[in-house]
Amino acid sequence: MTSSKHVSNENHQSFLQRLNWIDWLYAIVLTVSALFAFKQYAEFMDIYEISFLFGAVILFSVLGWSWKPVRLLVVSVAAVSVFSTTLYHADLARIDQVFLLKFLISSQSAIMWMNVLFFLATAIYWFALATRSEFSGRLASAITWSAVLMGFVGLMVRWYESYLIAPDVGHIPLSNLYEVFIVFCLITALMYLYYEQRYATKQLGGFVLLIVSFGVGFILWYTFDRHASGIQPLVPALQSYWMKIHVPANFVGYGSFSLAAMVASAYLLASNGLLTSRLPKLDVLDDLMYKAISIGFIFFTIATILGAMWAAEAWGSYWSWDAKETWALIVWLNYAAWLHLRLVKGLRGIMLAWWALIGLLVTSFAFLGVNMFLSGLHSYGTL
Amino acid sequence: MTFSKKLFELLSSMRFAVSVLTILGIASIIGTVLKQNEPYTNYVIQFGQFWFDFFELIGLYDIYHNLWFLIILIFLACSTGLCIYRNAPLMLKELKAFRESASEKSLRSFSHKIELKSAYDKEETKERLLAFLTARGFRFKFKAQTDGSELIAAKAGSYQRLGYIFTHAAILIICIGGLMDGNVPLKIQEFLGHKQIETRDIPATEVPKISRLSVRNLSFRANMTLAEGSSANVAFERVRDGYMVQELPFTIALDDFRIEHYPTGQPKSFESDLVITDPELTAPIKKTISVNHPLIYKGIAIYQSDFQDGGSRLDFNVWGVLSATSKPFPLVGRVFGKSPLGEGADALQVEFNDFRKFNILNLSADGKGKPHNVGPNVTFKVRDAAGQAREYVNYMQPLQLDGKYYFVSGMRGTPQEDFKYLRLPADENLTVDGFMQLRAALFNKANHAEIAHRFALDAIKENDAQGKSRIQFEKSVQQLLGAFSEGGYAEIAKLIEASVPEKQRDKAAQTYIKIINGAAYQADLLVREKTGVKAASVEELVPGFLQDSLNAMSDLFFYGEPIYLQMTNYEQREASGLQLTRSPGKNLVYLGSVLLVLGIFAMIYIRERRIWFLVKPKAGAVVFAMTANRKNRDFEIEFEQYCDQLKKTLVN
Repeated sequence: MTSSKHVSNENHQSFLQRLNWIDWLYAIVLTVSALFAFKQYAEFMDIYEISFLFGAVILFSVLGWSWKPVRLLVVSVAAVSVFSTTLYHADLARIDQVFLLKFLISSQSAIMWMNVLFFLATAIYWFALATRSEFSGRLASAITWSAVLMGFVGLMVRWYESYLIAPDVGHIPLSNLYEVFIVFCLITALMYLYYEQRYATKQLGGFVLLIVSFGVGFILWYTFDRHASGIQPLVPALQSYWMKIHVPANFVGYGSFSLAAMVASAYLLASNGLLTSRLPKLDVLDDLMYKAISIGFIFFTIATILGAMWAAEAWGSYWSWDAKETWALIVWLNYAAWLHLRLVKGLRGIMLAWWALIGLLVTSFAFLGVNMFLSGLHSYGTL
Repeated sequence: MTFSKKLFELLSSMRFAVSVLTILGIASIIGTVLKQNEPYTNYVIQFGQFWFDFFELIGLYDIYHNLWFLIILIFLACSTGLCIYRNAPLMLKELKAFRESASEKSLRSFSHKIELKSAYDKEETKERLLAFLTARGFRFKFKAQTDGSELIAAKAGSYQRLGYIFTHAAILIICIGGLMDGNVPLKIQEFLGHKQIETRDIPATEVPKISRLSVRNLSFRANMTLAEGSSANVAFERVRDGYMVQELPFTIALDDFRIEHYPTGQPKSFESDLVITDPELTAPIKKTISVNHPLIYKGIAIYQSDFQDGGSRLDFNVWGVLSATSKPFPLVGRVFGKSPLGEGADALQVEFNDFRKFNILNLSADGKGKPHNVGPNVTFKVRDAAGQAREYVNYMQPLQLDGKYYFVSGMRGTPQEDFKYLRLPADENLTVDGFMQLRAALFNKANHAEIAHRFALDAIKENDAQGKSRIQFEKSVQQLLGAFSEGGYAEIAKLIEASVPEKQRDKAAQTYIKIINGAAYQADLLVREKTGVKAASVEELVPGFLQDSLNAMSDLFFYGEPIYLQMTNYEQREASGLQLTRSPGKNLVYLGSVLLVLGIFAMIYIRERRIWFLVKPKAGAVVFAMTANRKNRDFEIEFEQYCDQLKKTLVN
């Protein structure tokens, strides 16, 4: 039987009343850290950056309160990243000199670990599915968590490293294809882990981590074949606080749509009698698919709107029919139609699963194909 | 059904909306695949005349600003608006209704219902049920039944219905905002012939009224290029293959334009110091704009969009490269200006098109090295008396290629071609002079005898007695030099073809090249004697210099024009590209966006559910029925839980 935490079967306390002392301690630690950062760096921050700093405290508090494992993740990422930065002594050359940096927690090493761990987790999830081994499932889950930890550490340290190159080069690692692919892998994996816990099913790990592994493959290709893993300074158009919210919001969208597509593939297999006994029930898969697309749709909508507002400021028009914008609209229309059919017409089942799966093609074209085949204003990540 | 009724039915129908959206989607995709707003000649080349005309007719080159595209948007807006008009009243009614008139029979026909035993009397049961409902956020209404029982009709999440209204209203509002900024009135004026685009390249002041847009124009997106120190009060709106002149209610002057660069050479920021003067202002506004930081004045937003040259002054040394002259003459030019060269039938005209101070290139052979700044370059056209022009791009400083330094010049006959590059080797002082002197010496027929003589003395020293063969050798060297100075290696190849049997040609070619190399060595020594430079050979200082020089000389015959422009100095003047927009629809679009997000949230995360309790005191029972307008897995789980919880609530 699957658990369902959202409908509390105990007393109906409010969200805040349900928090325990660890939750409050966590929030206090976040607040104190933010205040410390503010005290240290306030003179370098503009009003937007200051509001993002404290906005992040609220965001990660609520996220940690609603889904408890996030608390440990956030604290671990912060601890390991801060520890890593202390090893640098403000000198990038130490990446090759200090053992821990060279092999574990410099940004490139941490990201490599993330890559390896994601591949490993994918394999073990499939092994667990094949052998119905509960232990393997738990192991795969733990490895996925470690991969997420290493990935976030890699990004945080990369952020720090960018400032070591030169203070004016420093920027949040959301500016090119290499960086956003890492974000994509992390967000997709995290969303999967959330649903894994919520639906108490580890059988979908192999499916979802397949697309994450694809992302990892891209990162590896980009690193070794294209030598594109270096930190590049920001072009003028990207020097804006909007980047810090537009890009992550977009990748929650892309991540959820990918997750939905992978669940859809599991649905299609199960409904055709393949792996049916090993996979969750069809109605669970259907529900998961719907939830993933819903959350993705909301974030994608917000991201597109934020993008429009940024475009108004940087390009002089909130909508320029740039290739990326236009394809974002197509993706939006695609999922809007999907949701419309499901919510208004009550459609369910195989057709929507196929649609969610094929929707991934549209989504990946918007994400990647536009950069590969079309030119436009969004040409920050070219192949 | 009347026609208008039918039309209403069609326009407000789902299938119409879907069709319109599909057309919109397909049109949008075409617009991303086919590059928009290219110069029309590119399309002609790409598609050929027939398809070019056809595509132009249906407006594929600027799809998103076409009348028909805007009409689709209007249809979309109408369809959405009518959909709201048609469904909103019902939705609002549903939002208010409690459906308290449900009968026991109808409750029993629900798919989710159960009859529960209550251990309490009627009042206590009611109280417990109401506490249950309140705790879960349900609102309720009572209705006493004729048989003494009482119905409690409750509902939660009714605002889900607002989600439909919000999202649809949002789309309508965004469409209206977008149409306002799409400037439909102008499109209609143009369609009716009241406005017309200008395609001639004439000064803004001479553009006739029919192609001018007044300051009252509702919305526009126009561009303006201002050189440092200049000002303007009109901007240009690009329309298809022409433009319109947009008049502005103020004057913008550019004081200074700055580009900052990162240490790697990539641009870090573009900034323009603007001065806005307006008769309505007592003092002009001074403001610096940069990318991401526009200035808004009188509802017109002024953005930093790009930059270009604003007419930099350039100094050149002009070398006649196919002649025997060893001295250049100076030339002064200005970007966007023209400079005449020579007279009569050989007169040429140099048209300077662009100057770039920074050029970030990756010069490593495998393409894996880091790009870096290689210094200024100039792009120009050389037009002959017949009007034929070739385009050149010359780098001011020598570029390091394969470990050696070269002065690089690109040439192409038409804009469709790629540049072909000429590489002139830099001498030991990193100047082009060494090459030019050597070239002048080798291309000077008067020197050929001397060079040949020295070479022969050097080469046939031991066999001094055989004066005859030396003279023979001298003669052939002279002949080769003569051929080379007339057409480079190609001319020597002709010579070989004419005089050497086919089987021995390869061997002869090798020998000849050796001889030319040797002669070049002698020519270099000769030059150094004449110019008084110490007699160390250039080859010792710059390995490969002679071979590279000979290759370059040979290539000069394919360089198009017999001149090489060496940039010696420049005085940069930059121009800032500004974009000016007035978009009255922007706030509507933002409002619509907010509504859209609220609406989607409401639709997805508010779950509308209704509960009925029929309290039957006589039977000591309660009929519990539940329904939702969307029955999904969450609903099933919730119903099970409510049943369990209610059983506990009603048991003693």
